[in-house]
Amino acid sequence: MSDLTKLTLTSALSGLDRGDFSSVELTQAFIDAIEASNETLNAYVVKTPDQALEMAKASDARRSAGEDGRLDGAPLGVKDLYCTKGVRTTACSNILGEFTPTYESTVTQNLWDEGAVMLGKLNMDEFAMGSSNETSRFGPPSNPWRRSGSNATLTAGGSSGGSATAVAADICLAATASDTGGSIRQPAAFTGTVGIKPTYGRASRYGMVAFASSLDQAGPIAKTVTDAALLTEIMCSHDDKDSTSLNVETPDWVSEVGRGVKGMKIGVPKEYRVEGMPDEIEKLWQQGIDWLKAMGAEIVDVSLPHTKYALPAYYIVAPAEASSNLARYDGMRYGARQDGDGLIGTYEGTRASGFGAEVQRRLMIGTYVLSSGYYDAYYLRAQKVRTRILQDFQTVFADVDALLTPTCPSAAFAYGEKTDDPVQMYLNDIFTVTANLAGLPGISVPAGVDNDGLPLGLQVIGKALDEAACFRVAGAIEDAAGFAAKPEKWW
Amino acid sequence: MSDRPTYTLKGDTGDWEVVLGLEVHAQVASNAKLFSGASTQFGAEPNQNVSLVDAAMPGMLPVINKFCVEQAVKTGLGLNAQINKYSRFDRKNYFYPDLPQGYQISQFAHPIVGEGEIEVDVEPSHGDPAYTFSARIERLHLEQDAGKSIHDMDPSATYVDLNRSGVALMEIVSKPDIRSPLEAASYVKKLKSIVVALGTCDGDMEKGNLRADVNVSICKPGAYEKFRETGDFGHLGTRCEIKNMNSFRFIQAAIEYEARRQIEIVEGGGTVDQETRLYDPDKGETRSMRSKEDAHDYRYFPDPDLLPLEIDDAFIEGIKVNLPELPDQKRARFESEYGLSRYDAGVLTADAESADFYETVAKGRDSKLAANWVTQELFGYLNKAELELSESPVSAVQLGGLIDLISSDVISGKIAKDVFQRMIEGEGDPADIVEKHGLKQVTDTGAIEAIIDQVIAANPDQAAAVKEKPKSMGWFVGQVMKASGGKANPQAVNKILREKLGL
Repeated sequence: MSDLTKLTLTSALSGLDRGDFSSVELTQAFIDAIEASNETLNAYVVKTPDQALEMAKASDARRSAGEDGRLDGAPLGVKDLYCTKGVRTTACSNILGEFTPTYESTVTQNLWDEGAVMLGKLNMDEFAMGSSNETSRFGPPSNPWRRSGSNATLTAGGSSGGSATAVAADICLAATASDTGGSIRQPAAFTGTVGIKPTYGRASRYGMVAFASSLDQAGPIAKTVTDAALLTEIMCSHDDKDSTSLNVETPDWVSEVGRGVKGMKIGVPKEYRVEGMPDEIEKLWQQGIDWLKAMGAEIVDVSLPHTKYALPAYYIVAPAEASSNLARYDGMRYGARQDGDGLIGTYEGTRASGFGAEVQRRLMIGTYVLSSGYYDAYYLRAQKVRTRILQDFQTVFADVDALLTPTCPSAAFAYGEKTDDPVQMYLNDIFTVTANLAGLPGISVPAGVDNDGLPLGLQVIGKALDEAACFRVAGAIEDAAGFAAKPEKWW
Repeated sequence: MSDRPTYTLKGDTGDWEVVLGLEVHAQVASNAKLFSGASTQFGAEPNQNVSLVDAAMPGMLPVINKFCVEQAVKTGLGLNAQINKYSRFDRKNYFYPDLPQGYQISQFAHPIVGEGEIEVDVEPSHGDPAYTFSARIERLHLEQDAGKSIHDMDPSATYVDLNRSGVALMEIVSKPDIRSPLEAASYVKKLKSIVVALGTCDGDMEKGNLRADVNVSICKPGAYEKFRETGDFGHLGTRCEIKNMNSFRFIQAAIEYEARRQIEIVEGGGTVDQETRLYDPDKGETRSMRSKEDAHDYRYFPDPDLLPLEIDDAFIEGIKVNLPELPDQKRARFESEYGLSRYDAGVLTADAESADFYETVAKGRDSKLAANWVTQELFGYLNKAELELSESPVSAVQLGGLIDLISSDVISGKIAKDVFQRMIEGEGDPADIVEKHGLKQVTDTGAIEAIIDQVIAANPDQAAAVKEKPKSMGWFVGQVMKASGGKANPQAVNKILREKLGL
């Protein structure tokens, strides 16, 4: 048997359907691959091989009874942000200690309802706060990709670094991730994988450890656009348990992937041409434009004038919401607790030892911008900027079907390169935060490699609820790019 | 109705007035909490009524309970207030162990109910007659209750019961329109009667389901009027907020104490610190809970887990058409339908039970007579005996029967009081009592004449004197009634006496 772990989700499901292999065989192949590599890659922070094999066995039984679901038998990884019943969930923060939920997130439940198999919980930045996965309590994962001729370990991006690493290294068929400011798309771009953040409200946030409620959105990281479309269809659902969940039908996105872009109008926003962006990214962007044009799309230069205010607005709104969302981690009911002198001492001890430096920085920023006397100048102003950014998009989308931009201003960087300067780190999100602020769908698709052989991604941003356009354009780029590069196995 | 008296307190430097604004927390009469499906049942074992949402487990999200929204709108309509079709939930952030989320979900910037106004009836007190004043409502908003911290179970630990965590409260905020301790208590009474009539809160103050915070400040005569003209709070003194009072008596006592405390400070050359205080009913005093300096910065911001609450006219209309008769409407109806005084109508409509009782008694009978018997005799007795109306030994039907006996001249009003006494003692139906004790009124003029003749014959001197001084005829009436054992019809006695005495 060939290496089952190299399969895409779609081809693995076909193989299962044809009876080429069983889910137990497929799952065992992934368990073995995880065993062999995780010490080096550090993608999984919890491994659940026993549970995986049990789920696989049950899946095989369903399949032979003809009762299989759309993901039946497919082994997936789950970002540690999703609460999983009976499986430790910490959002990679010390403050959650050994917290083991008694409940399941809606998104993961949707996957299990379609027969998927859980391999374990994937590494991430603590509470999804970071762009390199370095803030994880378990240490960062290692990007399977390296610069040619270099042994330096690179970041797989963040916050969904574990998800991107696991997909790129073939230690799961696909993974759940989450995106507050680019946490799906940037790691996907850094690892040559596909990642989509759907429209805000498409997927339920019930059971997802909250970072910034108005920005957080679930989505997958997968090997192909089709795989991503399939997973997104299943992850998204209307949920009465999340008041911000949209009561809309989930369309058939898989069939959009191959539809092509003929007749589509694609906007290219000039504000995304930032100073200091490497030539290779500039070139790749142009390449993407040329491909789409060649396939019959009309390219339009557009302007999103408030783009430059997006990052500062994001770094006010997200910390503000986080400062309140993370107040519940007080050591009183669950998670880690450090007893101190009286109530205040216990609060201080618990939170000072439980939260890492980046989380503490953001909680302080968030607390500050919401304080009386500063609220209007920061939070309220940032919300106004947010409205302007949304209006920019609405204006442009009156004329175009989708926007094409680079996903990130750089390829994967080495650990430590940006850790010392939080602002440098925050700049990673410059092309991705806009979609979060406006609630729009955005997909990153691998389109080429840079001079060091590192993958680069292009981003397609669609209208609200028009993930279909994202999948069409991303599918076309995937076809045109024929991106087949794989990291050379060193782990 | 009398004019509104001015409540003043004497200080060394002259008279002082008080200005009061109230924040009443009324627990929504809902089986489930404001944002979770957990039960709100009172008296459950600690931490039994706690959902994952109430305990703020990771990833849990609030979902608004539509029933609670309806109750808030209903209450707003009962307060004659504006219903805001757009309202929004904000987070009020602070750390405390009985606040699992680390924030309370409340409506800060955009409450569901805006300005309203209610008429408040003040009972006669200390020689002042009854009067009515109108109190403006600033707003009503929905918010979550916190859990309960229990400090006295263990000397070295605090225990937390989250059963109340997330229970829906309506906070009803008045404008500073209340001017005396009695007015404050009367205002709370009125609010209670409204929410109970609407069924939106059970009004059970002992269980803390209705409780009041009172903002107290003092000012010199004339200053309040200037404040009302200009809206400038500078004319008023610094206010202190007394938290969480759940009895009318405590509210009055606390305000009186607090006002005197502030007068003493100001007259002693000091300044009142703006602070939150607690009333200690055992000591009869208020003490500082936290000063303005320690006040939390609540960092209010819109709760991103909840969409703005938008309701439409149809939703409001649907509630409006099903509104029960409100205490004020009922009182107006009692005034017009039964011809009662505003005061009596107010007393009888203070709660639904009294009103229903009265309507049963009054149905098809002399309504004023019925009102007298219910408010004077029955309520008078119940008050003295410290009984609730539900515990009354006399039913509405029985009391109605007694009135029938009076109206049909079977017994006199005086005898009726004896019969009533026997009814209280449990002797049963009034007709049976009258029968059993032979209390039927004598209306036979022949029999009365005979008694009168005897009395006049026995008292010739008085009979002569009464011709000079007709007003002393009352003495004869008394003698005749006495001789008849109280059963003679008083009108007949008067009439025949007049004739016989030649008056």
